[in-house]
Amino acid sequence: MTLDEILASLFPDGHDVTVQDGLIAGSGPLAGGRATVIGIADETTLGVDGALRLAGLVLDAAARDDGDPILVLIDSGSQRMRRRDELLGLNEYLAHLAKALFLADTRGHPTVGMIYGHSAAGAFIATALATRVLVGVPGANPTVMDLTSVARVTTLPLERLEELAKDTPVFAPGLDNMVAMGSVRAVLDADAPLAGQVASLLDDLPRFDDRDRLGAERGGRTEAARIADLVVEAARGG
Amino acid sequence: MSAPTADRAPSWYEASARARLAALLDRASFTEFLGPAARETSPHLPLFDLPRAFDDGIVVGRGTLDDRPVLAAAQEGRFMGGAFGEVHAAKLTGLLRAAAELRPAAVLILFDTGGVRLQEANAGETAISEIMRAIVEVRRAGVPVVGLVGGRAGAYGGGGLIAGTCARLVVSEQGRIAVSGPEVIETNHGVEEFDSKDRALVWRTMGGKHRALTGGADAYAADTAEAFRAAALRLIDRAPAFDLETMRAEQARLEARLERHGTAGDAPDIWSALGVPESGRVSALGDDAFAELLASSGDSHDAR
Amino acid sequence: MDRLQFSHETPRALGGGRDQAILGVVASGNLEVLMERVLEPDRCEIEITTPLGGYDAVWEAVIADFVERAAPGGVRISINDGGAQPDTVMLRLLQAARMMEGQS
Repeated sequence: MTLDEILASLFPDGHDVTVQDGLIAGSGPLAGGRATVIGIADETTLGVDGALRLAGLVLDAAARDDGDPILVLIDSGSQRMRRRDELLGLNEYLAHLAKALFLADTRGHPTVGMIYGHSAAGAFIATALATRVLVGVPGANPTVMDLTSVARVTTLPLERLEELAKDTPVFAPGLDNMVAMGSVRAVLDADAPLAGQVASLLDDLPRFDDRDRLGAERGGRTEAARIADLVVEAARGG
Repeated sequence: MSAPTADRAPSWYEASARARLAALLDRASFTEFLGPAARETSPHLPLFDLPRAFDDGIVVGRGTLDDRPVLAAAQEGRFMGGAFGEVHAAKLTGLLRAAAELRPAAVLILFDTGGVRLQEANAGETAISEIMRAIVEVRRAGVPVVGLVGGRAGAYGGGGLIAGTCARLVVSEQGRIAVSGPEVIETNHGVEEFDSKDRALVWRTMGGKHRALTGGADAYAADTAEAFRAAALRLIDRAPAFDLETMRAEQARLEARLERHGTAGDAPDIWSALGVPESGRVSALGDDAFAELLASSGDSHDAR
Repeated sequence: MDRLQFSHETPRALGGGRDQAILGVVASGNLEVLMERVLEPDRCEIEITTPLGGYDAVWEAVIADFVERAAPGGVRISINDGGAQPDTVMLRLLQAARMMEGQS
């Protein structure tokens, strides 16, 4: 689905969402309130400037008492891999955006992420993954690490990795594998109105971070929840 | 039951994760959770014919700092670059979840990481987000989360984002904090954009002095456990709450940085603009001289 | 990954009060050694996981030499090898044994 199709399906009565420099911003009527919409379009990479602008919009929404949701629509590149961004402290800017989303959520503005295209690395962590509920649109293609890069670093042949990738969701790119991790909660139905599907998500928000539990249930990430629980138990004892 | 440690190297950078914890915390106060004897190793590395470590490259547990109870985690940068694999990351997530519940005096994270372990990239990437969310929960519970960055691998990639989520950060000159590493920038945009072999460029762009001067870290420590300990103790009582006020102040702080330094070509330009005299000499300053300089100049570090 | 196992009889138990010691790191040219005091005092068992195959005889000789020197009775030794040279292996084993001999 294209961004226009998604927006039309989310907001059949209209919206004021625009894209500027690859950044999505605006709002639209949703579930009885008015959702703030932010995001990244056209596989744009996320640098210090973009992260700060998006964080400002999220904090403005977080400051309000209306409890309206925040939608985060993502078709991004990775973080912008430039000297200037690192000189200025990109890690702080990306973390700031993620924290802004966490804060908004704790202040009663449910955050819903929707990946409809690509995303990778720091940009993915700072946006889509920082929402309370992350869903995918069919055809989305998150790529934490592409197999060519894995091949270069591990010095394993690409053919071997492609073979491994077929039944090893822990490292292979793609939406299905992020679903298996538990990080993408569900894949939406592109043929049904998105407005209703997002409203249902808002009615049934997870009360805590259960992504590791989902990953275990789905068999894609079998260790994380168990290990975290063991550490919690050990910390409680003695 | 914690395994004892040997070789207490005086250098934080050179020391092992276990040696750092032993020297940082009160003597013999550390108890490890899910230690090496539990053999909770990565189930994924064998697929890549890679050796595993009994602790998957991270040590987590409880101890005391000046008699105050703390939970602490230390990454081992020499094993797989200290990278976040599924088990490695889940140990830190578990520690943070425990902290939100048990409310120790602080959580200390001793960073030493190149970021997400690419053989377990999807699990690692997701876990970075889980850790950041867990840190926020700990901070909301009123417990300061203090990051210490001075290891061989620095705090790169997702480690940089986690560092940016901590309430307070201590950094040494050797500690580098960034998202994209030098090689990654060079691979993507060429040697003209970033020469990863230019050590001086790496230090002044991502290193501890630059981060301390510009507000990327709150305290600067010499490369010893004693210095990190003293800094951590100072910072615990000055950690900001996690609320709208703090986040707005951080927004303003980061906006001001972009406005003031957004067109700077190199770190010394930024240092000069911050009022540092003879900014060309900053890299050559010893720890004491730099600490003095930092006390008299540098950006505000309050909001994080 | 190759897995090697050795079992030795020892004349006496390893001295000292520690139940467990971990030393070294799994990195290129290095290894980690985990010692646990969990066996009968006249037994020592060693398990090695190594990415480099074909060095069974070298490992056997180094381990035999170490058992001879340290008499690590009662101790189970587990090694994750990162491709260490024999002298590094011996050094780490002796260091770990010394840690076990320290106070608990």
